[in-house]
This record gives sequence, structure tokens and C-alpha cells, in this order.
Amino acid sequence: MNIDLTDTTSSRINAELVKARRSLGSPAMGMVLTLVIVTDEGNHYDALKAASGASKEHPSRILVVVRRPGRSPRDRAQHRLDAEVRVGSDVGEAGSGETIILRLHGELASHAHSVVLPLLLPDAPVVVWWPEDAPENPAEDPLGKLAQRRITDAAATEDPVGALSLRATTYAPGDTDLAWTRITPWRSMLAASVDQKQTTINSAVVEGEEYNPSSELLALWLAERLRVPVERRISEGPGITGVRMETVEGQICLDRANGSLAELAVPGQPDRHVALQRRSTAELLAEELRRLDPDEAYAEAVSFGINKISGPDPAHPTPAAPAPAPAEASGQTEASGQTEEPSTAEPAAEPAPAKPKGRSNRSNTKKATK
Amino acid sequence: MSSASGTANPLRDAQDRRLPRIAGPSGLVIFGVTGDLSRKKLMPAVYDLANRGLLPPGFSLVGFARRDWEDEDFAQVVHDAVKEHSRTTFREEVWQQLAQGMRFVSGEFHDDQAFETLRTTIDELDKSRGTGGNFAFYLSVPPKFFPTVVSQLKKHGLSDAEPGSWRRAVIEKPFGHDLKSAQELNAVIHEVFRASEVFRIDHYLGKETVQNILALRFANTMFEPLWNRSYVDHVQITMAEDIGIGGRAGYYDGIGSARDVIQNHILQLLALTAMEEPTSFDAKALLTEKLKVLNSVRLPKDLGKYTVRGQYAEGWQGGEKVPGYLDEEGIDPNSKTDTYAAIKLGIDNRRWAGVPFYLRTGKRLGRRVTEIAVMFQRAPHSPFDATDTQELGQNALVIRVQPDEGVTIRFGSKVPGTQMEIRDVTMDFAYGESFTESSPEAYERLILDVLLGDANLFPRHQEVERSWEILDPIEEYWDKHGKPEQYPAGTWGPQAADEMLARDGRIWRRP
Repeated sequence: MNIDLTDTTSSRINAELVKARRSLGSPAMGMVLTLVIVTDEGNHYDALKAASGASKEHPSRILVVVRRPGRSPRDRAQHRLDAEVRVGSDVGEAGSGETIILRLHGELASHAHSVVLPLLLPDAPVVVWWPEDAPENPAEDPLGKLAQRRITDAAATEDPVGALSLRATTYAPGDTDLAWTRITPWRSMLAASVDQKQTTINSAVVEGEEYNPSSELLALWLAERLRVPVERRISEGPGITGVRMETVEGQICLDRANGSLAELAVPGQPDRHVALQRRSTAELLAEELRRLDPDEAYAEAVSFGINKISGPDPAHPTPAAPAPAPAEASGQTEASGQTEEPSTAEPAAEPAPAKPKGRSNRSNTKKATK
Repeated sequence: MSSASGTANPLRDAQDRRLPRIAGPSGLVIFGVTGDLSRKKLMPAVYDLANRGLLPPGFSLVGFARRDWEDEDFAQVVHDAVKEHSRTTFREEVWQQLAQGMRFVSGEFHDDQAFETLRTTIDELDKSRGTGGNFAFYLSVPPKFFPTVVSQLKKHGLSDAEPGSWRRAVIEKPFGHDLKSAQELNAVIHEVFRASEVFRIDHYLGKETVQNILALRFANTMFEPLWNRSYVDHVQITMAEDIGIGGRAGYYDGIGSARDVIQNHILQLLALTAMEEPTSFDAKALLTEKLKVLNSVRLPKDLGKYTVRGQYAEGWQGGEKVPGYLDEEGIDPNSKTDTYAAIKLGIDNRRWAGVPFYLRTGKRLGRRVTEIAVMFQRAPHSPFDATDTQELGQNALVIRVQPDEGVTIRFGSKVPGTQMEIRDVTMDFAYGESFTESSPEAYERLILDVLLGDANLFPRHQEVERSWEILDPIEEYWDKHGKPEQYPAGTWGPQAADEMLARDGRIWRRP
């Protein structure tokens, strides 16, 4: 059911919601949370699609806040609230819960919380997600203040690495970032490989696409947990392409050239394939909604300090302690590289990024041999 | 725990709750891999675990059966089974990861050569996949083969774990058909595998709703104060199936519904519903409490009056005409096997004295449903007129185990508009509506727990033996007295079951 309301108020929207549910024959619906998406006219379609995908497994109330402050002084001086209410599963995009798209015109655009507050589900957690243009300090944002959980996405900013530093300085419990969510499978596989190989790690390298804050976060996490020098290197992607950890017995190497199937090499153990598919925004959001308590592991990683990671980017200076040269000649990783399927499907960014310290990285070597 | 996990790994942190519990390096060997259970449940569960990223890199799956298959044929069978039955979406890269670790060993259970091949296969997997000598042997075979298989495992050194690794046995019900046979079976298996390395699968215990019984009772304050004889009138535990025996005639005839279902599933549900709070949620503390409550279970004095058995007769079920049990293929027309059983039990402790627990199970009943209904006493005094509360039943709390998992609470509420008329209403919690994570299949959870060595959700042999102690006298009585009453297929069981409750002034809930 789709209801359009122009020049309306929150209480009228609420009344329409109750009416719509009644007419569908289900006056009470078990909804677990309110998800507020703060976006603009251009992005709200994609964001809503992802959110509906994430909420397929459970109904939630999705409030899409579309800000339209207006361009002319005349527009800005006026204010109006338009709403689009979608209820029930017959609307494909609406998932199984309720979706309300709120268009905030003029001055109202800067008072979104006044519209959102009355529409929150009683007694249920609130999550705010900024697909892009997140405020500098999410926890201090009027909408962010309403929420237990505030989701930003450093990857969607002009300066992803800078955005991470900003997140670190303004971190408050409940903040989280999709760049962090993206690396959960990597972290879990790396932790599992260290489970299997109890050994001392001396240094680590994270390779990934440029402007991919997940690579930085993974490096930060490794540095924070292991307290060893960690280097960030640029590769052609897609996303993160590999992690190597130097141990006394050799290299633990998790390599993913094609964005889905990775290869794990652990000293003294056979090489193995592991699935590490890059995930859709809907899946990321679903993971994010699974736990609504503060993510302390994220806090520690993001706050560790990007300047402690050595990397090619002049933005972060190389720290005094240089990373020990990784043993590139380890026979195992070379052998594994040959058995790996070449990545053809991925539209990698063609202009080759600056190579770190003149050393060719693995994905490049492979491209050359192909 | 024998698997290498936890404290020593600097990448693990108790605060970091996103990182899932991944099983350590290990493999699973399935005996009877061509069976239905294996194709419909085990293989898909293994895939789903891999897809959720919970299996270790290098996880290997070995099939053992009589077929003349190569590894690739086996992989194809698993592939088809996974495509058809897995819960999560099929992904090629996940499949690739799994497929590389699939092996098939062809042979009979008494064939020494086959078990030698199995051993070399396992050794090879340790080398090529890094399984670290950790293997679980899943005996998805009829129990009469258990002794052969486990003694073969012992004979060929497959059951002996190297220091720092483990070998585990996973067995499916039935765990015997009476106390004596259960004890014999346990003796056979414990001779080869340590008691703590034997995992008995009761797939009901892997269900989220069943685990939620403990959460509901012990993590909340609103239910536990009522959970006793002062407020509870009686408890009904129902496990109904709408199907007949299908192709299982050979297994089912002579066993019957009480042995098949009450002995394991229903008594486990009873134990979880009635037990005291365990000191912790480890396997030992749970066993202590479950065993304690099972030991307090008392049979009714008059077994003739308070136990009922039945057999489904020809009838119409959900618009389909179905044959009666005695007309099913492969069933002796004079069979006395019960396809329906209902019994009344008491629990002699301070919490439950005088509160009857009515258990029932059957095939070809109204619909497929498993639920635990805790029926509360009526209000001791009602200020309303009798006519006002005419339509008010007893308050009830119903745990719906399957399908449509959830919890319902029933209570009285005033009918709007009338002067004062009170009627039953329900408040409902449904799993599907309340969690972002869809419930994993029971087998996923249980297989992962086996690989992790986590024995919380597996009944121990003491519980199995005690359950037979409870059921044996009833089976003996039935053996000597009369025969099962016929009930039309598609109904809620024989007349005698209704009479049994009517004698106590109660009625069965229609689930």
C-alpha cells in the first residue's frame, strides 16, 4: 500500500500508518528497530533498496530522510513536509515492514529530528545510517543523538583515509562504519589462520585498492592487535587483495585477486582456497543491524592512529621503524599464485596507481605473466 | 577444549563479537552418505556453515558408502543436494572451497580394505588440506551397524587421536529400543570413544526455539516466578506429524511413536521445561539439572487409564485420502505398533508436585506442529459475573517449536463495546519477525558444535538411559494389555486420549 501525503506532519503520518495496518488486517506488527536513512534525492533509491534487502529477514520501520533545503532564498524561507508511506509486503521495495520517505523542504531540512522523533517505534532501538555525507560528529548530530547505533561509510567520502581519522577523533560508543563491516570476513579468516598456527608475528602488510579505507582499517586492526609494524600497499584491487603476516616460521598469506575466492597459505600447511566474496550493501547493513551494542573492537582499531601505518600515501608519514622486508621468495606463495585463476571479470581501475617503494606487487606480477 | 582456540591468539578479543566461532582444522566423515538424512540435512548444513564462513579453511568431507563412486561423483551428489536443499544461496566460490576437500571411500562396513583406504584418505587430507588429524565420524546408519563400524574404526586405528587432536563419534537416534539395548549400545561405543567424544544428535535440541526455552526461563524475570505448582495447572507437550510412515515401514514397525519420539525428543523438551536453573551453561551443569528432573519423573499408578496409544486408520487428511497404518506397504496387518502415544507424567519435586505433564505424539494428525503449552490456573477469585467470563479460558504460555517458531501468551481481555465481557486474546512473538539473523537449521548448529567440541546441546548417555527407564514400564504394559485404538487419519488422535484428560477435568489444546 502506497500513500502520498503532501504538506503534512508527523502525527498525520502516524495516523495514516495505523490506518494502513488496520486495512491490511494486521494491527500489530512485531518490528524490531527503526532505521533512519539520511540521504538526498539522488541517493535515496539505492540506499532504500539496500535497507529493504537487509530488512527482508525481519520487519523494521525505515524512515528515509530526504533533505531538500532548496536553492533560492525564497525556497529556503519556506518549509514543508511531504511523505510517502509504504506498508505491507505487496510493495516490492518495502521489504516486510514499513517504509516512510520523508521529504523535508526549506528550513525544515535542518530540523529533521523534529519529524523523525514522533515516528520512532516505541521502546525499540534506533539506527541512523548516512550512506554518504555523514556529519563530522555523528554522535552530536541531532538525528545521531536519537540513535543507539550510527552507521557511516568512509568509502563514500572524497578523502576516505581522512574520513577515518575524523571518525577516530569524534568516536562515541555506538559509532560504526561500513568500511569496518566490509572486513569482517577478512578478520575472521585471519584470526582463524592464527588459531591454526600459534606463532609470533613480526610484521604485516595489507594490500588493497587506492581510496579503499577498509585496507587502512584492516591494517589498523592488525597493528592494534599485534603491536607490530604494519604496511599498507596499493594494488589494483578490487578492494583488498591480500594480507601477509611475517612470522618466525614464514609467511601467513591470504591472497584474493579476483574479489571472491581467496587463497590461504600458512607455513607448514597446505595452501587452501577460502571463499571471501565481496558483499553487497544490503548484506553489510544486515550484519550491522545484528548487534546494536557499541563495537569496541572498531573503536580501538580506528583510534589506533593512521600515522602508525607505513604506506605509500604521502598523507601518512612513514614511521621511524621500517617494516622488515617480507620474504617474497617464499616458495609456497609463489606456487599458489600459479594455480590461482586469473581475474578477468573485474573491471580494475586502469591507471596503475603509484607502486609502493618500487616493489611490484603480486597482482601486477600476475597480470604481467598472463 | 582440544581445538586450538582462544587466549593465545592476539587477533581474538572477547570484545570483538563480530568474529564468529570458527571450528578449528577438521574434517567430517559420513558413514551412510547416500541416505536421505545425509542428502537432505547433513550436506546442506555443511554448505550453509561454509557459506556463513564458520568452517575452517581446508575443511574436508569424506563420504563412505557402498557405491562405486569416484571423488568427483561424490562431489556431484553433494553439489546437487546442496543446490536443492541448502538454506543459504548457492555461491560458486564457497562451493569451490568445499569441493576441493571432498573424498569418497567405497566399501562395506565389514570390509577391512575399505577402512584402510579411509585411513590413508584421512592421512592424505591431513597433508593436503591441513585437517590436523581432527575428524568426526558421523554414523548416519541404522543402529545395527554401529558395533561393526565402531569396531572397524578401532581396529584400523581411526578412533585413536594423536596428542593435541581429536576423534569424535556422532550418532543419530534411535539410541536402542529399551534400557538394556541402550546400555549395550553405549558400552560398544564407549569402548572405542571416550564418553565426552560421543555426540548424540537430537536435532530438536539444535533448534533455536528449544534453546530459547532456557533463555525465556532464566534470562527474564516475568516468567520464572510463575513457573511452578502455585500457578501452573498443567503442561502439554505435543509433537504431531501430518505424514504417515512413508517408506520407513521397516524401521518403524515394532518401534512405534513412543520409542521414536517420546523417549528422546519429548522427554528432552520436558527436561528443559521443568528443570531447575543450572549453575552455568556448560555441558556438565546442564546434564546435572536435566538428569535431576528426569530422575524425579514419576509414572501414573494406573497405566491403563493414563497412557493411550493409537494407530491411524484410513481417512482424509488435508484433502487427500490416505491409507491406514495397517494398510501401509510392508506393515503386518496384525501389527500392534503405536503411531500415536499420549502419556501423563508427574514430577516429584517441590516445584512441580501435583502438576501433570501430558505428552503426546503421533503420525497422521491434524497438522505438523511441535509445541510446549504451559497452562496456568484460573484466577482464584473473579470479581466478574460468571456470564462475563464465560468465554475466558486458562491463561497459557505456548512455546512453538516448529513450524512458525515463536512464543504465544494467551490471556483475557475485555471485549470492546460490551459492558464487561472478557475473552481470550493472544500476544505473539515470532522469530521471523524479530531478528535480523534468520534461524540456522538445527543440523548446522549441531555439526558446528561437534567440530568445536561443544557438548551443550547433545544428550548424554545417562539421560538416554534414564529416558528408557521412564518409558520401558509403559511399553511393557502395552505389550501385555490390549491393542492400539484406531483413529481416523487427519484428526487429533484417538477418543481415549480425550477421555484421559477429561478424567482430570481438562482438555487437549488444539495446536
